[in-house]
Amino acid sequence: MNDDLGARVRGDFPILARRVNGHDLHYLDSGASSQRPAPVIDAMDDYYRRHHANIHRGAHTLGDEATQMYEDARARVASFLHARDPAEVVFTKNVTEALNLVAKAWGGANLGPGDRIVCSTMEHHANIVPWFQVAAQTGAHVEWIPLTDDGLLDMDAAARLIDGAAVVACTATSNVLGTITPIAEVCRLAAEAGALSVVDAAQLVPHMGADVEAIGCDVLGFTGHKVCGPTGIGVLWGRRELLDAMPPFLGGGEMIADVTFDGFTPAPVPLKFEAGTMPIAEAVGLHAAIDYVDAIGFDAIRAHEVELLRYAFDRLDASFGDKITVHGPRDLGVRSGIVSFTLGDVHPHDLATILDQHGVAIRAGHHCAKPLMSHLGVMATARASFYLYSNRADVDALVDGLEHALALFEI
Amino acid sequence: MTQLDDLYKEIILDHYRRPRSKGALPVPPAHRGHGFNPLCGDEVTVDVLVEDGRVTDVMFEGRGCAISQASASMMCELVSGKTVEAVAADFDLFRSMLGVDVGATGSEAAFEAGGEPGRQLGDAESLQGVREFPSRIKCATLSWNTLTGALAGEDEFTETDT
Ligand SMILES: Cc1ncc(COP(=O)(O)O)c(C=O)c1O
Repeated sequence: MNDDLGARVRGDFPILARRVNGHDLHYLDSGASSQRPAPVIDAMDDYYRRHHANIHRGAHTLGDEATQMYEDARARVASFLHARDPAEVVFTKNVTEALNLVAKAWGGANLGPGDRIVCSTMEHHANIVPWFQVAAQTGAHVEWIPLTDDGLLDMDAAARLIDGAAVVACTATSNVLGTITPIAEVCRLAAEAGALSVVDAAQLVPHMGADVEAIGCDVLGFTGHKVCGPTGIGVLWGRRELLDAMPPFLGGGEMIADVTFDGFTPAPVPLKFEAGTMPIAEAVGLHAAIDYVDAIGFDAIRAHEVELLRYAFDRLDASFGDKITVHGPRDLGVRSGIVSFTLGDVHPHDLATILDQHGVAIRAGHHCAKPLMSHLGVMATARASFYLYSNRADVDALVDGLEHALALFEI
Repeated sequence: MTQLDDLYKEIILDHYRRPRSKGALPVPPAHRGHGFNPLCGDEVTVDVLVEDGRVTDVMFEGRGCAISQASASMMCELVSGKTVEAVAADFDLFRSMLGVDVGATGSEAAFEAGGEPGRQLGDAESLQGVREFPSRIKCATLSWNTLTGALAGEDEFTETDT
């Protein structure tokens, strides 16, 4: 039974044994950041206790070991993403930096007046703001793929908009609606149009993994801390030819082949994009995280999350009926383990405070997706999000807390 | 759950549901301030009319959580008819009630918990419980900061993380 996954892995996550405000912790904020299993914490601990030195600087044993561990992490990310070549994997500090790198380095060199950058209406600010910035610099402009009433991409409109576009920047999974977008189809349209396809896979990778060949994108980013990995590390994957042709982003140590009194020559990829001392321990931690989720398997993780979604919808519908508005698709086949909602006239911020007193951690606010919020006609939503360690007790605690909120606000 | 009952007192929910002084004043002669908390999206607009150094009328519009909206309603009720100096002193008292440092420019005013209810800050005293919820203090102070800005002739106030 799939619901056993939560029970089986829970013990791997030390933080889940915590109590918060006198209750067992019910962590339903994995969409913002997941928790870490012991193997990830141990891998980083071992790295610091036994192997740390700066990398790519040769000269001693620790430096060689650290370099090897860092490059092993890169190779592991490459195989995880089904990339052809580890040099296609660039480490960044998070997905936000990965998307900025593409927008600034590629966009700065390739965009010009009149060029169109097509974003979806459900993008996170991380895949919007960098494009606005480069648009302002280059004279390009941003256009928006609209959504259908049930929170899916309007693919007819997408096809029209992508035709003739220079860039298509699209999320693979919405962090608010949970919508799993037909990202391979979007990338196919982009390829036909000769547009650069940029995929924000921050919410896809933790729950379903990603195969860059199957998706058919030009670049894809994800962030370590949502996939059981550490904070401070993200990944940009890009096609080799594209990365080779792109100018560097940040300048400094490590990213150069040579520096003279007259200028510099950048290093080959991927180091060209890795200026300064990188998050080495975090790369080691990310490696352990990928090993961890991969060993459990995305089929099991996905099945578990769908099961929980179904349970959550059943319980929320039964308890709150038309007092609750859940955003996003009801078809669980295209929905990730994210439930954004509003309840009566209780503000999401108040809900979060009340739930916290029940030990239930959710997110309230605009979720860094303000264009989507204005499309939905709300200022904020409450969001519960699941991961492999979530269980039915978490959903039950959520429902209990929401019932308390309604009771408190009933005057 | 006693902390929660302290936070969401009936009187707070009453101001949230039935805000006093909700609306707008003609600007000018009134001053208008906009307040915004980018972290949670709470918004208030405060219109304040000052005649001879005294707040003769004050109204607010806003969208946001119960704490931010009730606080705005209670504030309007409290400061109406007071001198600008008395409003500043009330804000210091309000912040001291919430355990917020009023800084070197603040008055010595200190809120006395347990005094006769309503004597110092009217209904706004019911927001004492917010003190135990650090992430919500900015919800309670948003309208006050906005009013203070409007009185000083600044029309935008944005809460920051610090
Ligand atoms: C879809 C999506 N994109 C981008 C981000 C940004 O991630 P990070 O803050 O790690 O760069 C997030 C997470 O907040 C997200 O959910």
